[in-house]
Amino acid sequence: MRIRGYVHKYGDKIDTDVIIPGVYLKEHDPKQLAKHAMEGIDPDFVKRVREGDVIVAGRSFGVGSSREHAVYALRYAGIRAILAKSFSRIFYRNCINTGLIIPIEIGDDVYRSLETGDLVELYVEEGRLRVESKGLELKIGPPSRIVIEIIRRGGLLNIDPEELKRIASQ
Amino acid sequence: MTLAEKILASKSGRRSVSPGEIVVASVDRIMIHDVSGVGVFKVIESYRARKGIDSLKLVMASKTWVAEDHFVPPSDRKSASNIRFLESMASKYGIERYYRYGAGENYGISHTLALEEGLVRPGDLYIGGDSHTNTAGVFGALAVGMGHTDVAYALMHGVTWLRVPETIKIHLEGSFKPSVMAKDLILRILGDIGSGGADYRVMEFRGPALKGMNIDERATLTNMTTEASAKSGIMEPDDLVLSYLEEKTGSRPRPIASDPDAWYVDEHQYRLEEIEPMVAKPSSPDNVSPVSEVEGVEVDRVYVGSCIGAKLTDLRAVARILKGRRVKVRTEILPASHRIYRQALKEGLIDIFTESGALIGPPTCGACFGGHMGVVADGETVVSTTNRNYPGRMGSKEARVYLASPLTAAASAVTGRITDPGELM
Ligand code: SF4
Repeated sequence: MRIRGYVHKYGDKIDTDVIIPGVYLKEHDPKQLAKHAMEGIDPDFVKRVREGDVIVAGRSFGVGSSREHAVYALRYAGIRAILAKSFSRIFYRNCINTGLIIPIEIGDDVYRSLETGDLVELYVEEGRLRVESKGLELKIGPPSRIVIEIIRRGGLLNIDPEELKRIASQ
Repeated sequence: MTLAEKILASKSGRRSVSPGEIVVASVDRIMIHDVSGVGVFKVIESYRARKGIDSLKLVMASKTWVAEDHFVPPSDRKSASNIRFLESMASKYGIERYYRYGAGENYGISHTLALEEGLVRPGDLYIGGDSHTNTAGVFGALAVGMGHTDVAYALMHGVTWLRVPETIKIHLEGSFKPSVMAKDLILRILGDIGSGGADYRVMEFRGPALKGMNIDERATLTNMTTEASAKSGIMEPDDLVLSYLEEKTGSRPRPIASDPDAWYVDEHQYRLEEIEPMVAKPSSPDNVSPVSEVEGVEVDRVYVGSCIGAKLTDLRAVARILKGRRVKVRTEILPASHRIYRQALKEGLIDIFTESGALIGPPTCGACFGGHMGVVADGETVVSTTNRNYPGRMGSKEARVYLASPLTAAASAVTGRITDPGELM
């Protein structure tokens, strides 16, 4: 999997309430949700973001509720990958199991090297990130096999339990 | 092995598992509500349409229950039609255990119902479409919150995939001072380990102090493990829990315990008499300080509600302070379930609340997540018995929300300032 897009950088503890505020939880249409992505912290985000873009963040990205709305909102706004120092686990699972967003954990050094507006190219399986705008090449990830496999297959629902067991035991 | 490891080993048909391994485990119980349930059924329906499947059987239908709790009573047409959709899907897929608001023996917040109705048992792998599913770990189950797609998969296939988590041991000794509750302890723990402090891990509470806490108070601890990002919170079921479940369900569950030589990734110890009344200051549950450091901050509103802060024990605590006193600021009290509401009525608590001038609301999640029933305004300072105060969580991003124990919330309602409940006891 290869992703090319612009970076949107945030700090620690970007919680699900700022990614998509609770009042929108009665909405289940991803396109409607996307209009409010990151509304709680960055109201201009939806104006700037383009298809295939990447979020770079600090610790505990997605902390808070189990709302899958947060993943839909970000994906339908354009985000395809999130590089964070750590993820909150439900959000992390939701990215993977929907097959919509590739979550990758990064270290402090990678976090520091990236800025909002950088154009990056991400080679997921190879664990390679090219920062085109800076001529940099960084090592990141790669995510574990099961994570790559579920996303590559377009989400958990496309894999039956027997296959899932096989992938898990590899 | 620890409790969590034992459960995952047994559910994945293995003799043992160790942290870091990925397992595919069978699921015992599933919960969905009027936000996640709608999402789950949308996922299932679109899967069915995509694959051209006419009739899809949910293998877990009889082990699943539905609670209407977030947007009830509906505040607008969209929430009302979500409820209709949820009802029609539950009946289409044969999910019979359905807690309708305003109709029946009991209804209210999903996690409260799990405890009150004894829907989860020791040793279960229980997954819920809500992050505070962790609460049910109080019964010795591995109770894990998940998103729509995860829950849909478990409903269809009866299994889920999990990374075996490391376990953190929280050892508790002693007993609380009268002005201190489990909420103060969990806030203190959150302050110590931070909001990412239990990422991908399970927090297991142990120690002699648990004996001195009832199920409500213990559930306050497991509930807020979510705010430490824990996969779950868990406790060994003791006689109190086993007898409670026996009474609720008619059969006594088998106990389950961590092995004496179980490995823990980290260990924290607390003596309960050393815990002070605590608050989490705006705008993160781990931004904690003792009440003494923020005493006197002027308050506009007090909110007593949610799965963590409006259990019967919590309402009794509020009543202890409000008895014979009047509230100085707007105070909303929303019991966590219909059963709690009725019991509060019987015990005269509702009388105490109404005489104090407070408002009593229906059992619903309400303003806890900023949905309705008292969302907060720009510039307001709120003391709340709920579990989250992220910016905008209860409404406005410009509001200042302090999370506190029911005792501290009630004391602050009486004085209009953040107040140590000890001063009114
Ligand atoms: S009361 Fe609050 S924390 Fe509990 S389930 Fe409802 S919204 Fe979530």
